[in-house]
Amino acid sequence: MAELRYREALGAALREEMRRDERVMLMGEDIGVFGGAFKVTDGLLAEFGEKRVRDTPISENTIVGMGVGAAMTGLRPVVELMTINFALLALDQIVNHAAHIHYMFGGQARVPLVVRMPQGAGHQLGPTHSHCLEAMFLHVPGLLVAVPATPADAKGLLKTAIRDENPVIFIEHESLYGMRGEVPDDEERLVGFGQARVVREGSDVTIVGVSRMAITAQRAAERLQTEHGVDAEVIDPRTLRPLDLETIVRSVARTNHCVIVEEGWPHGGVGANLAALVSEQAFDDLDAPVARVTGADVPMPYSKALEDIAYPHEQQVMAAALRTLDVAGAVG
Amino acid sequence: MAREWLATMTLIRRFEERAGEMYARARIGGFLHLSIGEEATIVGSARALREHDYLISTYRSHGHALVRGTPPENVMAELFGRVDGCSHGRGGSMHMFDIKRRFMGGYGIVGGNLPIAAGIALASDYQELDEVTLCAFGDGASNQGTFGETLNLAALWKLPVLFMVTNNQFGMGTALRRHSAVTDLQRKGESLGVPGMRCDGMDVLDTYAVVSEAIARVREERSPLLVEAVTYRFRGHSMADPEEYRTKEEVARWRERDPLPAFERRLIEEGVIDEPQARRIDEDARARADAAVAFAEDSPFPAPETLYDDVYVLDDEVRGIYATDPGEDRAAAASTAAAAGHGNGAAHADSAANDEISQQLTDALAVGEDGHDAQEHSGPVR
Repeated sequence: MAELRYREALGAALREEMRRDERVMLMGEDIGVFGGAFKVTDGLLAEFGEKRVRDTPISENTIVGMGVGAAMTGLRPVVELMTINFALLALDQIVNHAAHIHYMFGGQARVPLVVRMPQGAGHQLGPTHSHCLEAMFLHVPGLLVAVPATPADAKGLLKTAIRDENPVIFIEHESLYGMRGEVPDDEERLVGFGQARVVREGSDVTIVGVSRMAITAQRAAERLQTEHGVDAEVIDPRTLRPLDLETIVRSVARTNHCVIVEEGWPHGGVGANLAALVSEQAFDDLDAPVARVTGADVPMPYSKALEDIAYPHEQQVMAAALRTLDVAGAVG
Repeated sequence: MAREWLATMTLIRRFEERAGEMYARARIGGFLHLSIGEEATIVGSARALREHDYLISTYRSHGHALVRGTPPENVMAELFGRVDGCSHGRGGSMHMFDIKRRFMGGYGIVGGNLPIAAGIALASDYQELDEVTLCAFGDGASNQGTFGETLNLAALWKLPVLFMVTNNQFGMGTALRRHSAVTDLQRKGESLGVPGMRCDGMDVLDTYAVVSEAIARVREERSPLLVEAVTYRFRGHSMADPEEYRTKEEVARWRERDPLPAFERRLIEEGVIDEPQARRIDEDARARADAAVAFAEDSPFPAPETLYDDVYVLDDEVRGIYATDPGEDRAAAASTAAAAGHGNGAAHADSAANDEISQQLTDALAVGEDGHDAQEHSGPVR
C-alpha cells in the first residue's frame, strides 16, 4: 500500500495501463506539456512521448469522436475533458456514436473508449464549470458510468475502465483531486464494475452516497452515531452502470430505511433513479419513503454564500436520515 | 475494370430503384435516402481504395456498402429490418455497416462521421499501417462544427484521411448557395491546412483519376486532402420529399448528364463492350436487385428476445445491472404486435395521430418523378 492523492492514483492507473498495453493512448486539452488542468497526467508526456500523450485543440466533440474511431480500429484511447460541462459539447459523439455503435451495427464493432472528466462544485467556478451530470450519462444504454470517491477506487476503477470493451464515462470529482488515501501497489488489483463499496456498516438506516457524496455521507454517519446514537450504513455504488443494486437492497432489508445523497439536480437525477429501483425491489422492507438529498435545482451560482448552500453537506444528510427514522417511528 | 465499374454503378441504380419501390409498398420503414445520380461519385472514389483501406459514409450509404462488396441481399435485408441485414436489423437505411469489408458505417448524424474517420486514420498511423481512410459526407456537413474541428486536427496531426465532400447541390432541401457562404467547397479546407481538389462526380473516370491521385498523396505524405465531387441527386432527399426547392427543368438539365448512360455510351463507343453486353449488365443488375428483395422477404425478423443483445460487450461473468427493464414483458408485447400485423414496428403504426403525416408523405410521393401512388407510410418527415 502507498498513500497517494486521488490525482496521483489516477495518474498511476494511466501509467501502469500504458506500460502494460501499447494500444492505450491519451488525448485531451493541455494533458501533455501543461500536465493536465488538474495535473492527473503530469509526467506522462515525458515517459511516453507525443505519440501516446496528445495535446489537442479545444474541440471536444472531435476529440471524443476520434477516440471512437480509434477504438473501433484497435486502440484503447483515454480522452480527458477538462470538466463535465465541456462534455456537453461532445454529447453527439458520446451518445449518438460511442454508446450506440456496438448495438446499431449489430455487434460488429466495439468502442473500448474511456472519457474522463471531473465534476462538482466548491471552487466558485459558476454555472458552466461546476455541475454534476452523472444522470445524463447514466440515462444512456451503451455507456458505463464510474464515479470513484477515493484514491483506491480512482485507480482500481480507471484500470478496469481502460480494460473494458465498452465506452466508459469516468467521472472524477474536482474537490477530491487532493484527497489522500491508501492505494494498493499491486498492478493487478482492479476494482470491478458493478460492485458497491460498503463504506461503513450500520443497522438503522442505509445512506447511499454518489461520487463525493460518499465522503459526505460517511462524515454524516459518524456524526449521526456520536450525536444521535443512530447507526447508519453507508454505501458507495462506485459505478452507476452497471449498478450493484443487490448490495443496496440487501442493506435496506436490514435497516428498513434509505437515504440517497447526490450532488446533481433532483429532477431525473441519480437519486430519483435509485429511489425508484429501491422502492420497486424493496418496498416491503421500507418503513418510510426513500429520502433524497440532492443539489439545489439551480444553475451553480458563483458567490461562495450561495454556492455553499447549493450542494449537500453533512447537516442535510443527517437531517434526512433523522427525518426518515422519525417518520418510521410515527407510523410504526 | 471499366466493365466492373459500370456493373457496380448499374447495380446501385437498380438496387436503389427497387428499394424505393419497396419503401412505397411499406416493406421498408423509417427514412430512405437514395443515391440515384451519385453512382459515379461512389464507384469512382471507392475503386481508388485498396482492400485494406477504410471507407466511412453518411445516412445515404446503400451504394457505399454495395461498392465495398456487401451482398445486395444483406443491404436489402437491413432495409427490411431483418436478421440477415448487414447490421442485423439494428441500423436500417442510415446505419449500414460491414466490418469485414472495412466499410465503417453509415451515420445518421450529419457530420458525425468526420471525427470517427480521423480516429480510424489515427489508429492506422499509430499502428504504422499504410491504410488510408476515405471519409464521404455531403455539402451540408461542411457547415457542421466537426468539419472545421476535424480538418484542423487531421492536418495538425498529419493523419492519412481523405475527406470527400459529395456536393449534390443540396443540404436536404436547402440549395448550396443558400447554406454555404463559400460555394467553392474544395476551398473550404484551405484555412484549416487541408488543400482541396475537385472532380466531376458525374464522370466515374474523372472521379477515379482525381481521387486516386489524392489517395496516393494522402498515403505518401500522411496528410489529409479534401476532394469535392460535384454531382446531383436525382431523387428527393428522402422518399418524403416534395422537391419544392428545385425546378423540374433543373433536374432535367442534370439528368442529361446522368452518369450511368453516359458511361455506358462511352464504353460502347470505345468498343469496351457492345450493346448486347450492356443489356446483359443491366439485366444482371435487375436480377440481383430482385434476388435481394426475395432474400430480404424470406429473412426472419429479429427475435424479440434479442432486443437487449449487443447493448454491451459482456464477459461471461458480470456483476450489477447493465440494462434495466422495469418489469415489463417486452417479448410478449412484441408478439402481440406481430399478431396484429405490425411486425415491422412503429413505422407501420396506423393510428389516427399519424394520418396527417402519412398524407404528407403520400402527397410528396404523388408529385415525385416516379409517380408512386400506393403509400402506406407514416412517421416523421426528414
